Amino acid sequence: MMRWTLWAPLLLFAFFLGLAGYQLFQPKDEFIPSTMIGRSLPEFSLEPASEARPGVTLADFKDGTPKLLNIWASWCLPCIAEAPHLEALNEAGVEIIGVAIRDKREDVDRFLATHGNPYSRIGSDEISAIQLEIGSSGVPETFVIDGNGVITHQHIGDVRADDVPELLEKLREAAE
Amino acid sequence: MRGWVTLLAASLAVPVAAQDALPPAPYAYTQLDDPAQEAKAVELMETLRCLKCQSQSIADSDAPMAGDMRHQVRTRIAAGQEPEQIRQWLIDRYGDYVSYDPRITSSTWPLFVIPLILLLIAGVLLARRVGRKSTGGPEEIFEEADS
Repeated sequence: MMRWTLWAPLLLFAFFLGLAGYQLFQPKDEFIPSTMIGRSLPEFSLEPASEARPGVTLADFKDGTPKLLNIWASWCLPCIAEAPHLEALNEAGVEIIGVAIRDKREDVDRFLATHGNPYSRIGSDEISAIQLEIGSSGVPETFVIDGNGVITHQHIGDVRADDVPELLEKLREAAE
Repeated sequence: MRGWVTLLAASLAVPVAAQDALPPAPYAYTQLDDPAQEAKAVELMETLRCLKCQSQSIADSDAPMAGDMRHQVRTRIAAGQEPEQIRQWLIDRYGDYVSYDPRITSSTWPLFVIPLILLLIAGVLLARRVGRKSTGGPEEIFEEADS
């Protein structure tokens, strides 16, 4: 009769094989969450990205009302998809401040003319400096900022219709 | 026939580039003037993960965002910051994920401890096995071989 200890290494090997096989078929998680939630935006000042709206500084976030900070770009396709839902948020009374990543003024103006302009201000971040400061790793991303300039929530990817109520709820929480 | 034409067209199609039209950041592809500083910067860049192209370091990647991260690394090194300070600045924003230099934390310590335990078990097993057969020195092994 074989001793059970002889089987232990084989069972262990089979376990790791199973684990590796299982992980192979798990969908890849491409989201890299920011670890800046609960922390303040940095001191910054961005030039206007468009003819239509002024630039952005930290002080614009410190007037006591929570806002959305939308990281986007005219060259980003999902940003086109989220435009109507940002419009809906704006119509619900939410102030949205945009930061255009690596963008040209004429491209931003063309995007706004085509897909609408829900922004109160749009800053131009030509070297992704603010994006790196707040731990954002792509476009589009949307941050909820409370009335003191503190980040309270991060939404990664385009805002879809069913994300609108959640963002409104997060803004309400940030107001408390 | 039509199927083949479609297939050919599909394979030649270039995906719409989700890429910006701006030139790279000043220090994305430009080395620092001081070779010692540049060497420090490159060493750090090779151990920072590109956030856009997740299996490459920012030194290896041509993604615009990797270029912007290299710009940050080089300008911060030129301003006199230490590489580990810059690594920590990124970890503060993106978590350990952004660094290729593994640290011992509450979730990673088993990776460092398990090999030591396995080595210890192997050592004990080996000692017991060898110890069972012989209690003396080499002479005994020769005697065993002769008999």
